[in-house]
Amino acid sequence: MPGHPPFRSKIAGWGRYPVVDGLVLTSESLAAATETASLSRGLGRSYGDSSLPARPDVPVADTTLADRLLHFDRTTGLLTAEAGVSLLELNRVFLRQGWFVPVSPGTQFVTVGGMVASDVHGKNHHVDGCFGEHVESIKLRVADGRIIECSDSVEPDLFRATIGGMGLTGHILEVTFRMRQIPSPWIWGESERIDDLDTMVAGLKKAAQAWPMTVGWVDCLARGRKLGRGILMKGRWATREEAPAKAPPLKRRFRIPFEFPRLALCRPSMKAFNLAYYWKHFQRIKQGIVHPDAFFYPLDMVDDWNLIYGRRGFTQYQCVLPHADDNGPARRFLEAFVAGGGMGFLCVIKDCGPEGKGLLSFPRPGMSIAMDFPIHSRKTPVLIDRLNELVIAEGGRIYLTKDTFTKAEHFQAMEPRLEAFNGVRRKWDPDGRIRSAQSVRLLGDVA
Amino acid sequence: MNFVLFGATKGMGRALARLLAERGERLFLVEHCIDELEASARDLETRGAQLPVRTAQCDLLAPATFAPALEQAERELGQIDAVIVTAGLFATQDQLERDPELTARILTADFTNTVLFCEEARKRLLARGGGTLCVFSSVAGDRGRKPVILYGAAKAGLSRYLEGLDHKFRSRGLKTICVKPGFVKTGMTAGLKPPPFAGTPDNVARRVLRAIDGGWPEVYVPAAWRWVMSVIRRLPRGVMRRVGF
Repeated sequence: MPGHPPFRSKIAGWGRYPVVDGLVLTSESLAAATETASLSRGLGRSYGDSSLPARPDVPVADTTLADRLLHFDRTTGLLTAEAGVSLLELNRVFLRQGWFVPVSPGTQFVTVGGMVASDVHGKNHHVDGCFGEHVESIKLRVADGRIIECSDSVEPDLFRATIGGMGLTGHILEVTFRMRQIPSPWIWGESERIDDLDTMVAGLKKAAQAWPMTVGWVDCLARGRKLGRGILMKGRWATREEAPAKAPPLKRRFRIPFEFPRLALCRPSMKAFNLAYYWKHFQRIKQGIVHPDAFFYPLDMVDDWNLIYGRRGFTQYQCVLPHADDNGPARRFLEAFVAGGGMGFLCVIKDCGPEGKGLLSFPRPGMSIAMDFPIHSRKTPVLIDRLNELVIAEGGRIYLTKDTFTKAEHFQAMEPRLEAFNGVRRKWDPDGRIRSAQSVRLLGDVA
Repeated sequence: MNFVLFGATKGMGRALARLLAERGERLFLVEHCIDELEASARDLETRGAQLPVRTAQCDLLAPATFAPALEQAERELGQIDAVIVTAGLFATQDQLERDPELTARILTADFTNTVLFCEEARKRLLARGGGTLCVFSSVAGDRGRKPVILYGAAKAGLSRYLEGLDHKFRSRGLKTICVKPGFVKTGMTAGLKPPPFAGTPDNVARRVLRAIDGGWPEVYVPAAWRWVMSVIRRLPRGVMRRVGF
């Protein structure tokens, strides 16, 4: 089946910066859409330039029309899906049947192909690792046009490079992974107000022993003694007895109707938001049944929430810092962020489990810290440089899916695994056909 | 119920087939590309359609394939309760004006061959005492408009044919449903700038399903297009000559 004719479209990641004028191919048949494309992209939820073409005239394949569930085995939970199916759709179909993805990121507006390419992690990373750990096989169109099914036993190097490989090893066409049976579609959650960073880290570590899902929210404008204060959230699937009899209702979603003006993002408004979010949790501990969407995807309630950051767009900085007894790395990082003029609504902290099988997979043992902030054309690159230098000094690394501004030399300094990844790419794509704006910026690809 | 779907591998047909699958209906798919048919059949089985979802090859550009495909459907299903036709071709007015061969293909597929397929389906449905024939036409057929002159002409003919079927056979138990989509965001319209009231395949499918359940003879999707078209149908020629739509 032929694809639809290519069309020109403005393309940007979730941060709405940068924006490029791209050439898009799309088709219900991914094999047709990816024939001449230089990169595949799904719902475009990576923040920066990961899903952007290296040049405006090289086509990218939009995978979202390829959203079929090709096989589901109810005894083993193995699901084969086309790369463009969204997590929203998987949840809609499977949650009420008692199944859930093994690992879920913080938004449902991602495709399965994107979940593999970013090797997403979630609140259960400390026990279940990344999404890639649960992937059995991937059907991939490599640079020379061949379609290859790779797995731990067939072309294992290609398989491991594709997991977390930012779509740079080829076009992901189909993914086979293991779904997980759940006792009910509801969450039993507990949240706790935390006074400072040491308590937060200790709380996360302690919660990791007893809870399969944990995450912390940190008020990233609090300083001094209050540095690192926030809310610690823990959860597990509710048992059949605890859960309400009815299925979780569809949550109403809201829209942001227009770009917010620049003033909406001044320091006092950020401060007010952080303060309100913190003190809304007035009781020390809250617990009970939570809607799965509210637990996993609190921000999905508002469509297009990226518009609140206004015309200049925003970015997220996410890094993982190795553990230290005195929590020095995380403390120094938060201090550097505030001192460097950083300000943000959201700062999320999570203790990561072991490193996954993906060659460039982001998580490693340590503390992952993520924060959103608006882009300032002069200040933001300087701030990112400073944070990157700190991350390199601490032995940590950044998450490519969130990155817009990192310099190539910084990335190379924090990624000793890069040589192995480049080796696999050279083997399967000697002419450098599969590439993105991000790979041009960070990996030295030729645009 | 037992449904035969022509064109359910893509766009609005795909969305409608998924709703039927989630209700646990029995489905039979026909179309020209076997790989696409098989992939969609597995998708619908996973979503809850009665097992198994079977398929037959059927090409909108080859009327000789229509009767055998429907025959096979009848054999597999035992009896056909409803036939849904979403298959169709589209090209912009510019493309069609440049290319007479493409024009012939679109006019043949969207009018002549669609009618021939419906005739085959109608005979089979009437033979068992009625049923539902739901066919996707278009708002493009409601008025001669500059951007859709040729495509609209084919759809206008199709809409009239469906209207006539409804008048003649409703009393014999055959419910004919003419679906008139306005602009819907599908692969077919990818890259075109969506006008106000553009729909998505999912909300179109939900409304068409209500039309099928209720036996409505005509349904505009999204619903707002009913009012838009009722205004456009009443505009004087002098206005239509000046405006761009």
